[in-house]
Amino acid sequence: MNRSPYISEAPSVSNIMFKVLVALVPGIVAYVWIFGGGVLISIALATATALASEAVMLKLRKRPIQPFLMDYSAIVTAWLLALAIPPLAPWWLIVVGTLFAIVIAKQLYGGLGYNPFNPAMIGYAVLLISFPVLMTKWPAALSLAQTKLSFADQLHYIFSGILPQDLKIDAVTSATPLDYLKTQLTLKHDIASIKAAPLFGALGGKGGEYVTFAYLFGGIYLWQQKIISWHLPVAFLGALALISGVFWGINPAHFANPLFHLFSGASMLAAFFIITDPVSGPTTPKGKLYFAAGIGIITYLIRVYGGYPDGVAFAVIFMNICVPLIDAHTQPRVFGHEK
Amino acid sequence: MNALVNFTKIFKFHGGVHPPENKAQSTQHTIGQLPLPEKLVLPLRQHVGNIPKIKVNIGDKVLKGQLLAEAEGTVSAAIHAPTSGTVSAIEDTTIPHPSGLPDRCITITPDGKESWIDLKPQDWRKADRRALIASLRLSGIVGLGGATFPTHIKLRSDGKSGVHTLVINAAECEPYITCDDLLMRERSEQIVKGIEVAQYLLGAEKVFIGIEDNKPEAIAAMQAATANTSMQVVVVPTLYPSGDARRLVYLVLGQEIPYDKRSTEVGLQVFNVATVLALYRYFEFGEPSLNRVVSMTGNVNTPQNFEVLFGTPLMHLVNGAGGAKLGTTHYIMGGPMMGFDLPDENVPITKAANCIIAASPNLFAPLPPAMPCIRCARCADACPVNLQPQDLYWFAKSDNFEKARDYKLFDCIECGACSSGCPSNIPLVQYYRYAKSEIIAADRAKEAANIARERNDFRLARIEREKLERAAKHAERAQAAKSELAPASETPANATPEANNHADSGDAQKAAKQAAIAAAIERAKAAKAAAAVSGEVPKNVVETTPTVKAEIAEIEARRASVGLTEKPAADEDKQAKIAAAIARAKAAKAAAEAAKKQE
Amino acid sequence: MLTALYIMLGLALALGIALGYAALKFKVEGDPLIARIDAILPQTQCGQCGYPGCKPYATAIANGEADINQCPPGGDAGVRALADLMGMEYKPLNAENGVEKPKAVAFIDEDVCIGCTLCIQACPVDAILGAAKHMHTIIASECTGCELCVAPCPVDCITMEPIAETPDNWKWRYPTIPIKPVMTS
Repeated sequence: MNRSPYISEAPSVSNIMFKVLVALVPGIVAYVWIFGGGVLISIALATATALASEAVMLKLRKRPIQPFLMDYSAIVTAWLLALAIPPLAPWWLIVVGTLFAIVIAKQLYGGLGYNPFNPAMIGYAVLLISFPVLMTKWPAALSLAQTKLSFADQLHYIFSGILPQDLKIDAVTSATPLDYLKTQLTLKHDIASIKAAPLFGALGGKGGEYVTFAYLFGGIYLWQQKIISWHLPVAFLGALALISGVFWGINPAHFANPLFHLFSGASMLAAFFIITDPVSGPTTPKGKLYFAAGIGIITYLIRVYGGYPDGVAFAVIFMNICVPLIDAHTQPRVFGHEK
Repeated sequence: MNALVNFTKIFKFHGGVHPPENKAQSTQHTIGQLPLPEKLVLPLRQHVGNIPKIKVNIGDKVLKGQLLAEAEGTVSAAIHAPTSGTVSAIEDTTIPHPSGLPDRCITITPDGKESWIDLKPQDWRKADRRALIASLRLSGIVGLGGATFPTHIKLRSDGKSGVHTLVINAAECEPYITCDDLLMRERSEQIVKGIEVAQYLLGAEKVFIGIEDNKPEAIAAMQAATANTSMQVVVVPTLYPSGDARRLVYLVLGQEIPYDKRSTEVGLQVFNVATVLALYRYFEFGEPSLNRVVSMTGNVNTPQNFEVLFGTPLMHLVNGAGGAKLGTTHYIMGGPMMGFDLPDENVPITKAANCIIAASPNLFAPLPPAMPCIRCARCADACPVNLQPQDLYWFAKSDNFEKARDYKLFDCIECGACSSGCPSNIPLVQYYRYAKSEIIAADRAKEAANIARERNDFRLARIEREKLERAAKHAERAQAAKSELAPASETPANATPEANNHADSGDAQKAAKQAAIAAAIERAKAAKAAAAVSGEVPKNVVETTPTVKAEIAEIEARRASVGLTEKPAADEDKQAKIAAAIARAKAAKAAAEAAKKQE
Repeated sequence: MLTALYIMLGLALALGIALGYAALKFKVEGDPLIARIDAILPQTQCGQCGYPGCKPYATAIANGEADINQCPPGGDAGVRALADLMGMEYKPLNAENGVEKPKAVAFIDEDVCIGCTLCIQACPVDAILGAAKHMHTIIASECTGCELCVAPCPVDCITMEPIAETPDNWKWRYPTIPIKPVMTS
């Protein structure tokens, strides 16, 4: 068959996905350092579930298993979901979430390249809505926890639900900084006094901000490797900083400052890893700017006025719906045409 | 003068890729000459436009440079004999075309003498421009950059063309191809003289020669050759596809030629260096377009550029380069980004062949099977036309041709920059070619359908009109008959015979006509049966006059000489079948009659 | 509760006005339906659909008398286009009307033609050149391949020749990418 061009300069899909995994490693290392090794169990469970369910679905759909399984895209989804879910949640939570993400949000739409929504975010949204209480079992930073759980303890708890020495779960979990901020604000405390709590570090949550920094680091690596373009992270962080800056400027006592928003919650993870999913995002450069800005603004609004402490997942899903519209209206000018 | 200093600003177009150049292999030697091959196969279709009309017959002796086929219509080009010899065949053979289909070719067997026709150089500086263009139409010169557009059309103007700037395309951006590079290194003065011809014919004030910066020797040679002229050598950064005409114009002049306009409509014209060289040789020496420089590279023992006569068989060129090395699977015409697989080894070199690559799995590893598109948009980043290849791919894949057209599929130059960067190894350019073919065919069918509708409507209208005319005439005749009848109304018995006569004569006419038809049918059947028996083809010339018979004989002779043979043998089978069928029918009829008689 | 009622009524009124305005302002002027259907039909004028030409068939479809799958020369693509236009379900071509064949052009064997003009009268697009007792020939570029001339010829001199693929009208094929090795026995 005629195959011009006969040469290819492109990295393969698996190459690209592998680099994304590599970029996540600093964040994971920081996470384990700060919060203990429970997240590794989540990651392991998620990866295993993702690969197994993808293999089964490919078989059922009569597609060749080898190229699709080895393109690592399922593993990327699994890791992102695992990092978004509290590691101290029961083992079946991450399994259910991953199953939903891979089977329903990805394979049933046609597999790689055909999913209209970000699969990890769909999985997360389903879990958040179905098991709201379990999704709040975030471990406290090891430095802050009243009782430190060892890795073995965490492993045991995840699979059996039993803590050592009759510890209560509340002793080892704590609210996330965003969660704490939201509840305290509804209790009419002001920002300054809230931020004085030991939970908060310089920029974001104590300990958590290091993880966010690690994600930023990984994200810059991705950009330098030309896996992602600058449009999405810059537009997202910029829009988030801008809108939080405006609100904070108007009422600093009631709204946290922009740096806090940028470095807490899933902001950095989202900016470089979640919103950059190529399949569910727009393809035109201007479109990427609008898409990411939209996510930034909606995330902020959900954080401040919505019912959830962090709004990244819903913001992403909402903007995914808008992608075809954004793409159609941001077509760049073709060479030789007026517009 | 520093080789890389430009006196003009270079612009930058969107996208572009940097494939590995692989040009060093074929620049180690100067342009080589090949011995005369055993035969030269010249396809009639070597250019854009109408097929030229053949002017020679099989068996004719031709001289080098003699006209074999003349240009037909406005957009067409002539074909000349690349060497002296005999026309040995005019038939359909495989041509270097991606379809692999055969096409009409003239085959010449060289006699080794290389005897030229009477060459007629022209002093172009003194001649009338119109005469020069008319003469160019006979030169066979077409664009030698690969597009093969007849050059005389691009130079038509009377010097008042409105073209003020000439851009000479010496970029040669595709990997492996080095024919223009060597032409510039060795024949830069001739090229510059050729540019002067083009400049004179168009009346252009400014000339820019665009060369990529990976050709330092060529740049130096061209700068030396243009030192005392107003022509400017512009060095552009090596980027594929800066050799595309519109991209080069943008690089050098910063001007985007609108998609629906030709470059001449904005006062620009672009020529390849080899084309202007051919112009020079035609006017200065009277030499029509007989050969070109071809890069023979890839998996051969000595990759090199050769000056190749048109019609040279591919393997002659390959052997001239030391033969193909082990592992060569097939040959590619063109470069690795835009070339196509040659259908087999028995194809000739044509005016479009700028490069032949001997391909092997080492050079061009088979790509892994395509994965689904992940919408990463690397293709959109690479597209020099700033299109959205991933959207065009979705539309072409699902046969959504209207959307593909809306997303400007026809602006695609099929450069391959998009596919070369695709992580999923999707053959994007193949999808676009498929979609373009389908859209063009559908448009043609729509055109034809519209015309058919008009013809049908006209036919129905014509039948209506004829019916009305007949009715009117009938009414007139009836009136006339009535008025004749009126005075003789006392004898109604007389009236009826008149009317009956009319009816009779009508019936009689009809009967006579039917009898004539029946007779003709019988004659035809008899002739067919006779032919089946005698094996002779009925000529259907029984009723024709001698002059007509002679004319038919002359036409038949001409057709035979050009190779249009008589009806193929299958017809003899057909006639035998017809005879058998007629015999069967007769037998059945006889049997039926016999059966009837028995009853 | 009354406020709720007023709000709903007000909304209904406002939206109704908006819709009415949009219906008037954004009205699309289009061809009458028959012309639009006729534009989809291939204009072969062959009569295989059971109607004497494409316009009558288009009229019948518009009146609901004919089904959309009766046109073999239009092929599958034609049925789908008609289904899209009429808002009907796609159904495969009705085999009773004929099968989709590659486009062919009629050819008169001049050695056998007797000049009877029967084919000229039959051709729906006047694509046959000739007169009584003079040689007839098909104008190939105007022939739609309807085959209406084949039957009337008393000496069977008309054959249908499929249009050959030349480098001129050759189309690039749809790219096929082998994903799995296929067993070729």
